[in-house]
Amino acid sequence: MSSIQTIVNRINQGETTARHEVEVAIEKANANSDYHALLSLTEKRALERADDIDARKAAGEQLGELAGVPFVAKDNFLAFGAPTTAASKMLEHFDAPLQATAIEKLEAAGAICIGKANLDSFAHGGSTENSAYGPTKNAHDTTKVAGGSSGGSAVITALDVVPFALGTDTGGSIRQPASFNGVIGVKPTYGMVSRYGVVAMASSTDTIGCLAGSIDDAELVMKIMSGCDVKDMTTLPDFFVPEKTAKPSQKIGLIKESMSEDVDIQVRARVSEYVDKLRANGHTVEEVSVPMTNHALAMYYIIVPAEVSSNLGRYDGIRYGLRAEGVQTLAELYGKTRDQGFVTENKRRIMIGSYVLSSGFFDAYYLHAQKARTILINEYRKLFETYDVLITPTAPTPAFNLGENTSDPILMYLADIMTVPVSLAGLPAISVPAGASEQGLPIGVQLIGNHKSDAALLALAREMENR
Amino acid sequence: MVTQETLDTYDMTIGIECHVQLATDTKLFSGADNDARDRSPNSVVSPVDYGLPGMLPVLNRKAVDLAIMAGKALNADIARVSRFDRKHYFYPDLPKGYQTTQMYHPIILAGHVDAPLEDGTSVKVRIHHAHMEEDAGKLTHYEGYSLVDLNRAGTPLIEIVSEPDIHSAAGAKAYASELHRLMTYAGVTRGDLYHGNMRFDVNVSVAPKGAIELGTRAEVKNLNSFRSVEKAAEYEFRRQVERIESGEKIVQETRGWDEVKQITNSQRSKEDAQDYRYMPDADIPPIVLTTEEITQIQLSVPMLPPEYREKWLTLELDRSVIDSLLSTREYAVLVTEIQEKSGDQIAKRVAHWFASARGSDEDSETVAEIKALSPDGFVELAAMVEKSELSSTAAKEIFIELLTNDESPRAIAERKNLLQVSDEGFIVGIVEEVLADPASARSIADIKEGKDKAIGYLVGQVMKKSQGKANPALAQKLIRERL
Repeated sequence: MSSIQTIVNRINQGETTARHEVEVAIEKANANSDYHALLSLTEKRALERADDIDARKAAGEQLGELAGVPFVAKDNFLAFGAPTTAASKMLEHFDAPLQATAIEKLEAAGAICIGKANLDSFAHGGSTENSAYGPTKNAHDTTKVAGGSSGGSAVITALDVVPFALGTDTGGSIRQPASFNGVIGVKPTYGMVSRYGVVAMASSTDTIGCLAGSIDDAELVMKIMSGCDVKDMTTLPDFFVPEKTAKPSQKIGLIKESMSEDVDIQVRARVSEYVDKLRANGHTVEEVSVPMTNHALAMYYIIVPAEVSSNLGRYDGIRYGLRAEGVQTLAELYGKTRDQGFVTENKRRIMIGSYVLSSGFFDAYYLHAQKARTILINEYRKLFETYDVLITPTAPTPAFNLGENTSDPILMYLADIMTVPVSLAGLPAISVPAGASEQGLPIGVQLIGNHKSDAALLALAREMENR
Repeated sequence: MVTQETLDTYDMTIGIECHVQLATDTKLFSGADNDARDRSPNSVVSPVDYGLPGMLPVLNRKAVDLAIMAGKALNADIARVSRFDRKHYFYPDLPKGYQTTQMYHPIILAGHVDAPLEDGTSVKVRIHHAHMEEDAGKLTHYEGYSLVDLNRAGTPLIEIVSEPDIHSAAGAKAYASELHRLMTYAGVTRGDLYHGNMRFDVNVSVAPKGAIELGTRAEVKNLNSFRSVEKAAEYEFRRQVERIESGEKIVQETRGWDEVKQITNSQRSKEDAQDYRYMPDADIPPIVLTTEEITQIQLSVPMLPPEYREKWLTLELDRSVIDSLLSTREYAVLVTEIQEKSGDQIAKRVAHWFASARGSDEDSETVAEIKALSPDGFVELAAMVEKSELSSTAAKEIFIELLTNDESPRAIAERKNLLQVSDEGFIVGIVEEVLADPASARSIADIKEGKDKAIGYLVGQVMKKSQGKANPALAQKLIRERL
């Protein structure tokens, strides 16, 4: 893989041009179109931006840290150059009038968005099979799912089309596809990266992160995207400062609930090997317990659908997006528009969410789940008084077959069982490649850090990289 | 039709919810201009107000400050922690599919308002709470289609929810107008009723006198004048009593006010009530306030109507004069300033001038621009009257000019030739002329017989001959000396 640093250095030294890098990436993207990782290419705008960077280089200007580096954004980031569809029919022709803060920051550093990646419609799913435009195939086995919801971003990175891609992670949507495709997936502390301009899924757990081939690349991208944004009141004051080396002799907790017999035996084996390597590097690893993780999926599938049902209320056919034809009444306009614009999983979550928020059920479901969430958060907090990092598999299995879980939403939800509790607690986590199954499918390990320990977590992951 | 006797056997109970648009420069959650007057539809709408995908609210701190100030005017506590919730429903004027409001933790807690009544007493209305929320857009319906204007969407509001402490239509009107005075004096709102800056929802129920339980209530929504608040309450009282008397039940429902017919109409019943699926808004962190912050902000609240009333007690003004002064804050400020600088006597004189100039049209709909006035001219004018340099009629004429004119009152008086003459030599001449006039003989005789009132005729003659310029007191004195 050509890293960000390589591309930037070669452009700076005149060995290549931004235009060339963009053309190569687009060529590769087209050559790999069978995977259906991208929903659109932003070729015209990308080449214009590349030419601009090359011109500035020729004029002797100082270029940004990502000058000329092509990347892909999940198609729920508002960005210029192609429609922002969120992989839904609702926004099929929606041209964003402004760009997400994350995109703006990357562009300011010189990065060039070459396309928009496939996802589960409105990021609802864990396989990218819920895309209204068809599934993305796994980079290592085209009969397997890409994972999701940032499946397109993971696959396009694994195929080495671009050194990094942007994703969103609400319950595991960056980490799980990263695990399934053998790339690094970074989900930051809630509030580290602005959510402004990213199609909302669940406001209280949505995070913006990246998928990349190396920790160095991921770290640089996170550094540039991070920071307080006046347009997002939930962003935290700037705190992310990359750390060159990891703290020695860290205390690491292996969460025992994540290593039960329900978890694929090969996944457990790869995690155990990773634990051995941590120990070999001078760290201590002990088994710890987070009992509430057993209930995390139940909490998640109350809280998140509640927020989803609310956040999708704006897609009503009145101001933009899809509008049903041939309707007589306002109720019909809403009903038909939303019926045609949403996929089954969108509707399922809207219905669950509307149900748990309805009067008479709110206390029993939503408030109850929020109370359980607080207990879960406190369990993590207590552990981080003793431990630097927690570790689990990223997903209970390697990538499953396309179509295998589509008829059973519960099985599909179980694929997120390792990642969901971390999202509910707003903690940072990284999925790092940890080998493969006998069938050659990648397996990932999830490293979980304390609130705002993103930089330390990345430093540990780097130390372990290629060991 | 029920008789007055029947009506008298019922009690009415009224609670009022009042929406107050806050006088911020920008909207509650976006940077769009908050003043949409005379703007073309959908021209002051940001991507946030438009509900575009990926947009996030940014709370306008000025709106929070104004809510804190409103809290002071309502004699209410301010919550140290308050937060926003989402109220969900679908309607074309609601871009996000939910209204951002404060359902569970409002910023303004319990308080009270004392609303003065015509008869000199007052009604004490407890405030249950007041919460912040955003306004919706506006729909205009045409034959076969409707148009949406989102200019108003996102305008910051506070909704003041009273306890059902009001028991008369007059009380409802008094409460509504006192709220208006409080909110405008505190600088919370522009208070422009015509443009919907304050809108009232009036909940009315009736029950037989002495009943312990309240009757079923009907809510008359969206009233935008004090008079319509009063009329709607009156109408509802009669309507509900009539229904009960004819053996029908009152249904809990929302009703609208027909301004032309002066009646209320059923809009929707409780059975059609929506489930708003309230939930906390995770996009907006809680508003956390310290006691110091609250105190600091409330220090900036200027004098409020109850304080003016208290301060003016020594002026012994009629209630109508007080109401009239209070209906224009600039006048109230000026009179008080004059009271402090020049004492009660001068202030009282000026107060009456302003009251007569303003009338007591407290239901005036638009807010007129008031020219910045300096107290000096009015003080000088009052002093001139005190010193008998002007007649009260002349003074009033000059007063009107002072409202729009920068000239000194003396200059105006001179220009209009209104100054009274207190030069004895000048007046004596005229007095002697009048007394020598045979037409005066009758009056002179009357006075000598003890009919003192007859002197009025003689003074009048002096005034006439002097073209109104003679000091009447001096003229009288000179006449008496000569009889």
